[in-house]
Amino acid sequence: MRIKNVLQYLEATAARLPDKIAFSDGAGGASLTFAALLDTAKRIGSGLCRAGLTGKRVAILMDRHPAAIAAMLGATYAGAVYVPLDPTMPRERMEQILSACRASGVVCDEKNRATAAAFDLPIMTFESLAGQEIDHASLGAMRDRMIDTDPMYIIFTSGSTGTPKGVVGCHRAVIDYGEALTSALSLGEHSVFGCQSPLYFDAPLKEILTTLMCGATTYLIPRTLFSFPIPLIDYLTQNGINTICWVSSALAHISTLGALTVKVPHTLTTVVFGSEELPLVHYRAWRDALPEATFYQLCGPTEATGMSCVWRADRTLCEGERIPIGAPLDNTGLMLIDEQGREILPAAGKASETGEMYLRGSCLTLGYDHAAEQTSAAFVQNPLQSAYPETVYRTGDLACYNAHGELVFVGRRDRQIKRMGHRIELGEIEQSALRCHSVTGAACVVLEKTGEIVLFYTGGASEGEVMTSLKASLPRYYLPARAIHKDALPMTPNGKIDRNALAKE
Amino acid sequence: MEQKIIEILKKMHPTVDFECEEHLIDDGILDSLDIVTLVTELNAAFNVAIPAIEILPSNFNSVQALVEMLERLDDV
Repeated sequence: MRIKNVLQYLEATAARLPDKIAFSDGAGGASLTFAALLDTAKRIGSGLCRAGLTGKRVAILMDRHPAAIAAMLGATYAGAVYVPLDPTMPRERMEQILSACRASGVVCDEKNRATAAAFDLPIMTFESLAGQEIDHASLGAMRDRMIDTDPMYIIFTSGSTGTPKGVVGCHRAVIDYGEALTSALSLGEHSVFGCQSPLYFDAPLKEILTTLMCGATTYLIPRTLFSFPIPLIDYLTQNGINTICWVSSALAHISTLGALTVKVPHTLTTVVFGSEELPLVHYRAWRDALPEATFYQLCGPTEATGMSCVWRADRTLCEGERIPIGAPLDNTGLMLIDEQGREILPAAGKASETGEMYLRGSCLTLGYDHAAEQTSAAFVQNPLQSAYPETVYRTGDLACYNAHGELVFVGRRDRQIKRMGHRIELGEIEQSALRCHSVTGAACVVLEKTGEIVLFYTGGASEGEVMTSLKASLPRYYLPARAIHKDALPMTPNGKIDRNALAKE
Repeated sequence: MEQKIIEILKKMHPTVDFECEEHLIDDGILDSLDIVTLVTELNAAFNVAIPAIEILPSNFNSVQALVEMLERLDDV
């Protein structure tokens, strides 16, 4: 069968495993089997078709429960483009998103009805849509018309300017990503995911997609559990969760509070982390706690649908070594380009030059929504060939190949600064700090007020010790003006270190 | 002890009425980042080492619950 729509996976799996749980909140919470998910999604899709929302943008404002996933799939059935919001978002941000994407309607649950009612848009509740009759004719006609490059969702990222930037994802890219990820991580029907991410990012596609594709099960772990490592570990073992794909800071949080020495999440066989640097000390604590589990690091931008690179932890890392991001996923093209526009290749037995990562292939999203200028700055002609049009994505991420030929993330292009004629990569200062004994987290920023380079760090080392250690490993011009200890580094909702907030200190 | 705890909490969230608030976790006032900060600060201020098994919602929902936990740890 030719796959051109993500819903085909849901339909095939619901036929094969109708009574298996697809998405659940965990014991005592809500659950949806594949059959119920299919039925609910079709009802919602039919309701949205009747409301004339085919081809329109539909925002989804629901709590993080299985029903929210049914709503997203329902919008897909209607041929609408879903735009996930979250009730915890500040109202101003929601308004920015709704107006940026020209939303035509909002699907909300009863609980968030009052919030949705404040926007000047038609609202439909999940509860009323889920009670509508299935309109097979409209859903069928819709499916016949669609092609795999039609948009499926718009996911908003923060955007360096402060205004949210919408990334338009399409079926073909999502299908390509899901297939590649399933094979890279050896996922399957046996996989039981514990999902950490909010639903308004690309991150939960990892779990949602592969659950639909393989007939796996995903538990949506309640947010508050991420504050309390022991109850979190209990949740994992009680639900038999064997696979986690978490932002690195969620793993680090558990090891920081010393939970792994008390209790081991022994059901885990696959531990995947990414999106942020996982300091070696935390990586080792997890490996020691789960010596039988397979560990992976993933890395990739929203603009290429999800994750683009994977490293399987099949060798021991040296002291001070950065955890590699490995190699591109199957059917993802990756090029490292130097400042002269030439390709950098792995150098036998030694680290290569650093270059910027460019991605190409079916994995690319369609670009930024209603932002032609930003799109053409990042989605560019392949710099290595001019014979025919070929759009590639310029990531802004700097990387190199290590002596093993594995890709290693170096930093962001826009975090490369110049001081007294010297090029300084702020990420490199952080790396140096993390090699210092008992530094558990590091973020280096240029302070907005003073223009000084300052390193914020967490851990037991004193500020003097950190500076001494930096002096031993970095050139003089590279040294930050100060090292400042913090109990914890501020995080964005996505679980990345909030460097913009630190720069304002 | 109570005053010191409130002082630490106020540094994190200046506008919250910690004297009265009894659902710091259930109402989502303290997030996971706050918990790490709070544990670190309490450990330093009271010269204790709050073990992972004590980091539970019931011990962090109010200032009173924090006081009780710290007193219990002090007795050991």
